[in-house]
Amino acid sequence: MALELPDNVRITKLDAIANWCRKYSLWPMPFATACCGIELMATGASRNDIARFGAEVFRFSPRQADLMIVAGRVPIKMMPVLQRIWLQMHEPKWCISMGACASTGGVFDTYAVVQGIDRFIPVDIYVPGCPPRPEQLIQAIVDLQEKIQREGTVMGREFVDPERQKPPLAMRPEGRAGLPGVIASQPLDGEHFA
Amino acid sequence: MDVPGIVQLLQKEFPSLSWSEFRGQVRVCVSRDRLFLLLQTLKEQHGFDMLADITCVDYLYYLQKMPGRFGLVYVLTNTQTNQRIVVRTFLDEPELVAPSVTPLWEAANWLEREVWDMFGIRFAGHPDLRRILLPDGFTSHPLRKDYPLQGLGERNNFPVIRRAES
Ligand code: SF4
Repeated sequence: MALELPDNVRITKLDAIANWCRKYSLWPMPFATACCGIELMATGASRNDIARFGAEVFRFSPRQADLMIVAGRVPIKMMPVLQRIWLQMHEPKWCISMGACASTGGVFDTYAVVQGIDRFIPVDIYVPGCPPRPEQLIQAIVDLQEKIQREGTVMGREFVDPERQKPPLAMRPEGRAGLPGVIASQPLDGEHFA
Repeated sequence: MDVPGIVQLLQKEFPSLSWSEFRGQVRVCVSRDRLFLLLQTLKEQHGFDMLADITCVDYLYYLQKMPGRFGLVYVLTNTQTNQRIVVRTFLDEPELVAPSVTPLWEAANWLEREVWDMFGIRFAGHPDLRRILLPDGFTSHPLRKDYPLQGLGERNNFPVIRRAES
């Protein structure tokens, strides 16, 4: 009886098992550049204990991590570093943008601070707050686990979904024209600091 | 000797030296040509052996009329007597060059690089005048008053990494 099942039933199950394994063994890469990093450390410490959710193994090598937690503002000098670390992480990988600064630039609307990391790298979960409380970060991890269970696939097909390739509105040609100081005809992947 | 006394001594050698005092802090103002000589005299004859800071002020939209657009500020300390003196000089466009004081104090190296980075003032004779805070490819000097707060688009100019590429 079991042998007569069509292939796709088994594949779906494999996805579910893989997602279940992945969601409870997230290894975060703490990209903590500012004050939010302190809350990130508090989340890892004993009172809040991120280990209860299987995400306590903070790895400072991107090769060993699969969850990038960007905690803090990212200046223009740091953005190439962030992108490089993101590219060095292995699939499957996810990104949490923690705090107002990482998500939008926060109060630092200046020449030196990138106005949201989602303009240049993909982000899965945003955590509002300045800084977000550890409970909020834990909620983000729980939400991410749900998301992994819901849409994850063994082969990572969900990552090549065309909907997810779109840059955020601010970085699309029509949105980009409205940004202060940006020349509309500038190519999207032009030279840094042209 | 107290600092105003030192300044009066200096005025014999530098007749054009103007000075003022505010709450016990003495500021002297000197022309660029005599700046290096004055700092050297202060260091070698009056014991101001420590360079605490070099910084700059852009007076572009300042209400008062200043002798030049940029005011270079040197803060010196005498580590024996704890006296302090502030030396200022004014620069104007297009000749934004000041003599480097790295021969007097090694500490001036990074301080002058910072002033170059933020205000675009060159230091003649500096051994390694590169940007120190901003990325190498940056083309502006952001602490100038005519530089917009939100920049000229540098912060939006990165490649966009899409989900599938990574
Ligand atoms: S969001 Fe607030 S706490 Fe977090 S990095 Fe920005 S300023 Fe600091």
